Amino acid sequence: MPTELPTLTPADFASDQDVRWCPGCGDYAILAQMKKVMPQLGVARENVVFISGIGCSSRFPYYMNTYGLHSIHGRAPAFATGLKSSRQDLQVWVVTGDGDGLSIGGNHFMHLIRRNVDLKIMLFNNRIYGLTKGQYSPTSPLGKVSVSTPMGAIDNPLNPLSVAIGCEATFVARSIDVNIKHLGEVMKRAAEHKGTAFIEIYQNCNVFNDGAWDYATSKETKHDNVLELEHGKPLIFGKAKNKGIRLNGTHPEVVELGKGISEDDLLFHDEKAPEPTLAYLLSRMRHPEFPEPIGVFRDVDGPKYDVELNRQITAAREKKGEGDLNALYNSGETWTVG
Amino acid sequence: MTTTTAEPEVANPKTVNPVPSATIRFCGDSGDGMQITGDQFTSTSALLGNDVATFPDYPAEIRAPRGTLAGVSGFQVHFSSEDIFTPGDTLDALVVMNPAALKTNLRDLRKGGILICNSDNFQKSDLDLAGYDVNPLDSQVLEDQYQLFKVQMTKITREALKDTGLGTKEVDRCKNFFALGLVYWLYGRDQEPTLRYLQSKFSNKPEIIAANTKAMRAGWNYGETTDAFTSSYKVEPAQLPPGKYKNMKGNTAMAWGLMTAAKLSGKELFLGSYPITPASDILHELSKFKNFGVRTFQAEDEIAAVCSAIGAAYGGAMGITTSSGPGIALKGEGIGLAIMLELPLLVINIQRGGPSTGLPTKTEQADLFQAILGRNGESPMPVIAARSPGDCFDAAIEAWRISSRMMVPVMVLSDGYIANGSEPWLIPDYNKLEKIPIHHPVPSENGEKFKPYQRDELLARPWGIPGIKGLMHRLGGLEKQDVTGNVNYEPENHEHMVHTRAKKVDNVAQLIGLQEVEGPETGDLLVLSWGGTYGACKTAVEQCQEQGIKVAHAHLRWLNPFPRNLGDVLKRYKKVLVPELNKGQLRMIIRSKYLVDAQGLNKIQGRPFFVQEVVAAIRGQLGLASANGSKPTATAAVSGIAGSGDAGG
Ligand code: SF4
Repeated sequence: MPTELPTLTPADFASDQDVRWCPGCGDYAILAQMKKVMPQLGVARENVVFISGIGCSSRFPYYMNTYGLHSIHGRAPAFATGLKSSRQDLQVWVVTGDGDGLSIGGNHFMHLIRRNVDLKIMLFNNRIYGLTKGQYSPTSPLGKVSVSTPMGAIDNPLNPLSVAIGCEATFVARSIDVNIKHLGEVMKRAAEHKGTAFIEIYQNCNVFNDGAWDYATSKETKHDNVLELEHGKPLIFGKAKNKGIRLNGTHPEVVELGKGISEDDLLFHDEKAPEPTLAYLLSRMRHPEFPEPIGVFRDVDGPKYDVELNRQITAAREKKGEGDLNALYNSGETWTVG
Repeated sequence: MTTTTAEPEVANPKTVNPVPSATIRFCGDSGDGMQITGDQFTSTSALLGNDVATFPDYPAEIRAPRGTLAGVSGFQVHFSSEDIFTPGDTLDALVVMNPAALKTNLRDLRKGGILICNSDNFQKSDLDLAGYDVNPLDSQVLEDQYQLFKVQMTKITREALKDTGLGTKEVDRCKNFFALGLVYWLYGRDQEPTLRYLQSKFSNKPEIIAANTKAMRAGWNYGETTDAFTSSYKVEPAQLPPGKYKNMKGNTAMAWGLMTAAKLSGKELFLGSYPITPASDILHELSKFKNFGVRTFQAEDEIAAVCSAIGAAYGGAMGITTSSGPGIALKGEGIGLAIMLELPLLVINIQRGGPSTGLPTKTEQADLFQAILGRNGESPMPVIAARSPGDCFDAAIEAWRISSRMMVPVMVLSDGYIANGSEPWLIPDYNKLEKIPIHHPVPSENGEKFKPYQRDELLARPWGIPGIKGLMHRLGGLEKQDVTGNVNYEPENHEHMVHTRAKKVDNVAQLIGLQEVEGPETGDLLVLSWGGTYGACKTAVEQCQEQGIKVAHAHLRWLNPFPRNLGDVLKRYKKVLVPELNKGQLRMIIRSKYLVDAQGLNKIQGRPFFVQEVVAAIRGQLGLASANGSKPTATAAVSGIAGSGDAGG
């Protein structure tokens, strides 16, 4: 008999710990949205677990009144895989950052996504190492001057969404810390997805990398630099909704609506496309050449490691019966003395 | 071998010599099937009721260049009418399939021992590969020193299998079964168990069953009917304690022990593992048993393997990770987290030769420091070591009993020698094994907040698991306040927590019993051993005791913490000898902890001790000449303080 879940409020999801991010940090907005979304998910608090690695973002679990595990640098996906594979009743969220998830934890990130374990990952991308005081990160742009790159970064950055799509991600989305409504919607969509749901969140580190996402957040520029994806809709952006993305061969191009170009000429978003080609193409659209898409890039179904593992357990039990240790001990060649 | 029994009623009378025990070794190229041959000889001997102990020894390469010294693979079996604990020092019989095998193994054959060679494989090219200028089989030296049998195994096998329709390549693959059949005859073994094995293993390949059966029979008949062999040997069944037995390998015993521990504690087993020699067999074995609720996860690397197991443990499962030294090094940070989280976890290290990749297929005991000390910060954890193949079963269960009771990760040490070796295993009755009680906390009735680091009398904290209303809490690797578990950086709190975690591990000593000693309560010398050297040390001490030497043997099961009385035990003997397959790691710990002038017997050759090496060290410590005037083949070095005088000699 299903028991009615009590009506909870965001405050019910706040732990008793003082939040210790720097004042003005983008993490606050993400935390606030999470607390707001949680009561809407229909999952009891005790069945929710937040798992993080190391970094500013990774303090997140301490601030949620659910179960939580603040683990070691980069390894949150591995802890989460072990937990979810043995406890399917839990909803497990991984909270990571660009350094934690893509640098030291890159290997686990890749394998978690290809296994499609039923977990939600939120990657707070601030393009910098905050907790260790300002070194450049794998998402810092070329030329980034930081304490460890005084003459500018000389290694190419990673594109988190392209990496995720390359790893066969079944759910890929992007949002922005200050777009609180949009962020909440994307979180909800991720929660509903069965399989690994990956969200990149543009997050401002106002202490070590202030303004890294200004082009996507400031009132003046955001409409020209951000494109909100909607399933089945043409790709339109601009304050006046007068610009769009058209495919020219396999290349996207920015076009202006009117002057002989109508909405029908534009690229239509299809998050359910079985091939990841479109999602990948969207992930390659970077500022300043293109507006950067936010929203759900891809949402398809695929085999889930944790589900399959438990299916094999059930199948083995049905076929062979519950394991009998005495029968096992006595199997094969034996002999008797005395 | 002194009595000969004439059996006149047999048509072709050959003598049968009863012997108390024998040690034989099959060796050849790594593609010659020596491991399976040795395995079969072992199972058959065990089924006959002999006590058995084995030592498989194979190269790190899957197929090292054919015919070379590096490619030689061997399998040694000691079978006996008495209780035995080692695979034997010297060989009574040696079967070599090629010159490389002869060259690398002959030194272990005792003078007068039986040497059976596949003479067909001693062609010019084979001899070149092994670095022989002339064919050793033609020299008088071998004839004079050993009972040499040159057998044309390839030719006879081809002849016997000519009607099978198999190609030459397949036919030649059967010559190991010819060798097996011949040795079966030589030691009066029954061919039936191997026939049963062939039937079950190749049930859908009748031609392979037929060919190997023919090859084995041809080998047997060669012994029985040709004049080459005039006598055979007989090893009577051993008087093992009554009960039902099976032949057990160390890694299989470990896997079964883990499954048993899971069931005894009402837990489902989660193994996070990454392939590594010589530990992978545990992963393979456990992955077969999904109907026992066993979940195995082949992770992307060693780190993910341990972390996934910790994640499962956080959820209330029995979390386990298995590896060998290099993998344990990678897991260090994860293990440290489990120590900080105070979650139960088993970390299993099947040790191999190090450092770095080292000797992947060879045995060593050089990861003791790593087990006890190998993490950042003050991070103690209990360490237990299995002593023999069958004992891996019990060590796994005991490790989980402690880990789940004390909320602490436990390191289980095994090594390549006992992992791949086998011995008769007295089959237990599951229902008679002691249960492992585990309690998960439930919310308090008065609504009091859950305190994840509130401790019981042994300092263990409660294992609160997700999914329980009212127990919601956060764990992490940052230092925490005792009782509440909240992040806390206060100086006094940190010191308190470091002491508390250490005290908790020390408290394990209250659960593991006292150190027992075999032999006199006091005396001239105590041999202190741990892990896989148990058999050699026990046998050596017993031999010395029979010679009237006042020596005793203490074998450590727990390396951290030590049994409470260990200090007293050590002080009851004038001298303490610590034999180890490393440079003296236990010795250094014993010296520093108990201020005892322990001496070491150290061997770092990727091979186990010979009994005679330990015997010689015992006699040496007591200033006695070597027994019977015989010169031991000892290659291990006796040493005092680490770094001085322990060069191999
Ligand atoms: S350092 Fe940057 S990311 Fe970290 S808490 Fe401060 S503002 Fe936020």
